[in-house]
Parts: sequence; C-alpha cells; structure tokens
Amino acid sequence: MSKLQLITKGIIKENPTFVLILGMCPTLGVTSSAINGMGMGVATMVVLIMSNMVISLIKSIVPDKVRIPAFIVVIASFVTIIEMLMKAYVPSLYASLGVFIPLIVVNCIILGRAEAFASKNGIFDSALDGIGIGLGFTLSLTAIGAVREVLGSGSIFGYTFAPDVMPLLFILAPGGFLVLGYLMVLFNKVAKR
Amino acid sequence: MGEINISKEVIQGFVDGSVSVEAITLFAIVIGAIFVNNVVLSQFLGICPFLGVSSKVETSAGMGMAVTFVMALATVVTWALQNFILVPFGIEYMQTIVFILVIAALVQMVEIVLKKVSPALYQALGIFLPLITTNCAVLGVAIIAVQKDFDLLTSVVYSTSIAVGFALALILFAGIRERLDVEDVPQGMRGVPIALITAGLLAMAFMGFANVVPLP
Repeated sequence: MSKLQLITKGIIKENPTFVLILGMCPTLGVTSSAINGMGMGVATMVVLIMSNMVISLIKSIVPDKVRIPAFIVVIASFVTIIEMLMKAYVPSLYASLGVFIPLIVVNCIILGRAEAFASKNGIFDSALDGIGIGLGFTLSLTAIGAVREVLGSGSIFGYTFAPDVMPLLFILAPGGFLVLGYLMVLFNKVAKR
Repeated sequence: MGEINISKEVIQGFVDGSVSVEAITLFAIVIGAIFVNNVVLSQFLGICPFLGVSSKVETSAGMGMAVTFVMALATVVTWALQNFILVPFGIEYMQTIVFILVIAALVQMVEIVLKKVSPALYQALGIFLPLITTNCAVLGVAIIAVQKDFDLLTSVVYSTSIAVGFALALILFAGIRERLDVEDVPQGMRGVPIALITAGLLAMAFMGFANVVPLP
C-alpha cells in the first residue's frame, strides 16, 4: 500500500464513522454544532497519531499477554495530556465537550488501530495511518455537526443565518440519531459508485 | 387526582420528618437517571453495545444485568480511589488513567470470581463481561459521579439507576429490532442506518419524560 493510500483510505474506503461504525458515542454526543464536532475530531486525531507512533515503537518489548493493558495506559496518558492542554488553551471547547474528552480513552477507533495496525507496522506508517483515520473521523464529525447545526439552530460554524425558525429537535438527542442514520444511507449510496 | 394526593402525602411526611430530604433527592436521582437523562438515549454513552448486542431481548437482558453489576461495583471502587488516594495526594489529573485501569482489572476479577463462585451466573453473563471494559458508559458514569461530588450512597444509587436505564433502553430497542428483522426495509437502510433512525424515534419518545423531576 502506497504512503498516500494510507492517508486517503481513512476518508472514504475505511471511514471510521460511516463504514467501520466505530466510536459512536462521541460521534453522537458532541456533534450538536460543527465546531464541537471538529474539536472532538482533532483531539481524537492527535491522540490517535501519538499513540499509534508510541505503540509501534514499543511493540517488540511488550509481552503479548499484557499488550492490551499496556496500549490502554499509553492511550490514557495521551488523553490526559490533551485534556490538560484543552483545559488551558480552549476552555470553552473543553466545557462544551465535557465528559467526552476523558472518554476518548475508550474510543474503539484508537484501540482498534493500535491492535490492527500500529502493533504490526513501523513508526512512520503508523503515524500516516493515524493521520488518515483521524482525518476521516474529523471530517465525519464536522459534517454531522454542520448538518445538525444548520437544521437545528439555523447557523453554521457559529455564523447564524436563520435564527429561531429551525426545529430545535436536531440539536437534541433524537436529532443526533436521525441525522447520523440518514447521512449513513447517503454515504453508502455515494461511496458505492 | 392521584398525583396530587401523593405529593400531599410526601409534603406531609416532609413536614413530619418521616420522609427525609435525602430520600426525596435520591428518588429524584433514580427517576432522573432512568427516564429523564437516559444514559443511551439522551446522554449518548454506551452506544456500541446498544447497536451491537441488542438484536435479541434475551441477550439484551443478560448484557443489562452484567452492566448493572459492574457499574455499581466500579463506581464504589473509583469513588474510594478518588476520595482516599487521588484527592489527598493532589493527583486528580491521574483520574482517567487510574479509572480505566481499575475498571479493566475489575472486569477481569469479576469474571474470575464468578467462574469459581457461581458457574450459573457466569454462564449467563460470561460472554458479555469482556465487552464491558470498552463500554464507555461505565467509565463515563464513574467520572460523572466524581465530578458531581456525590457521597458514596448517592453514587451507588446513581450508577445503579443509570445501569437500569441502560438495560431498559437495550431491552426496549431489542424488542423493536426483533420486529424490524421481519419487515421489508429498503435496501440502503438495512442494518445500522434503520437501527439509528429507530433509536432516534425511541429517543423522541423518552423526551416526553423531560421536566418530570428537577435534574439532580
């Protein structure tokens, strides 16, 4: 697989949200606006790239039996670092993402990539894989967030164009399920061509 | 009229001192956690088992029981760790790392103990236990209970009610999906998309519980 393919496969062919259907909790929980979705996507991507690189470095010294706990500790360390950085530099985003930031540690995408890719490949390829899958996740979350924000609060990336006329339902819980469901149908239809 | 009578009784008990403030607060937390802020349908925690396991009512009930058991146990242990180790030593930032390791170890231990002590229960819950480590609801509830500064009793009541709400959502959803299997669903919507849209409708129904009790 070429280096470029490693990055692009995460966006369409192995899109973590629409094709692999992983990491559904943050996908639904934080996408009430495009900015929140994007923030969550970028935070997850940073953790994914860093943990992929470290795991690919330590793969030969970690005994096979304890590899999952070891991977989880690596991931949890990076999540803690990201959590502290966000608290210090983007406090408003930190407040609106809430409990979903520490929950990046149980995001199945990250452990999944560690197990399926980083524990078998070199550090450079693992980083590229992290970038690819992370980009796919960020793009999906931003898209879902944008659709929910447009339909629910009549704004996009915080820029309001139709205040108080859109059904609030779409930024509430049911809207998350409905928008993700219909976007998945659309994605399958478009991607299969 | 029944509702008014009940509230009068409660108020009377409140004045007499036979119904304590704590009891009313706990009741509000139970109803709030099961119905109003249902963990799956309004807080979006534990979606993976919700979509993955809930295709049969029986397996959903098994998963619900396993989660209830682990969640209550995990909340007690994480509460003790937070209040007796992390806070006194000023290392609250280690919370995420410590909690996830404790939960992973706890699930392993529960599995080993159940296998020895109660093979029947192990048979019923066994296959669901390893899945629970990656159930974000367990870690999420442990963190939320600590963030809200609950005492031990409130934490246990809160996490058990959350787990009951999880089981309720799972079983309801499984019932719907059993019927969906025999329906003629359009080609592109089969599988996960129709499940998500069904969950959306179920979440809409649960929104009817909003404002039933003040949020804890």
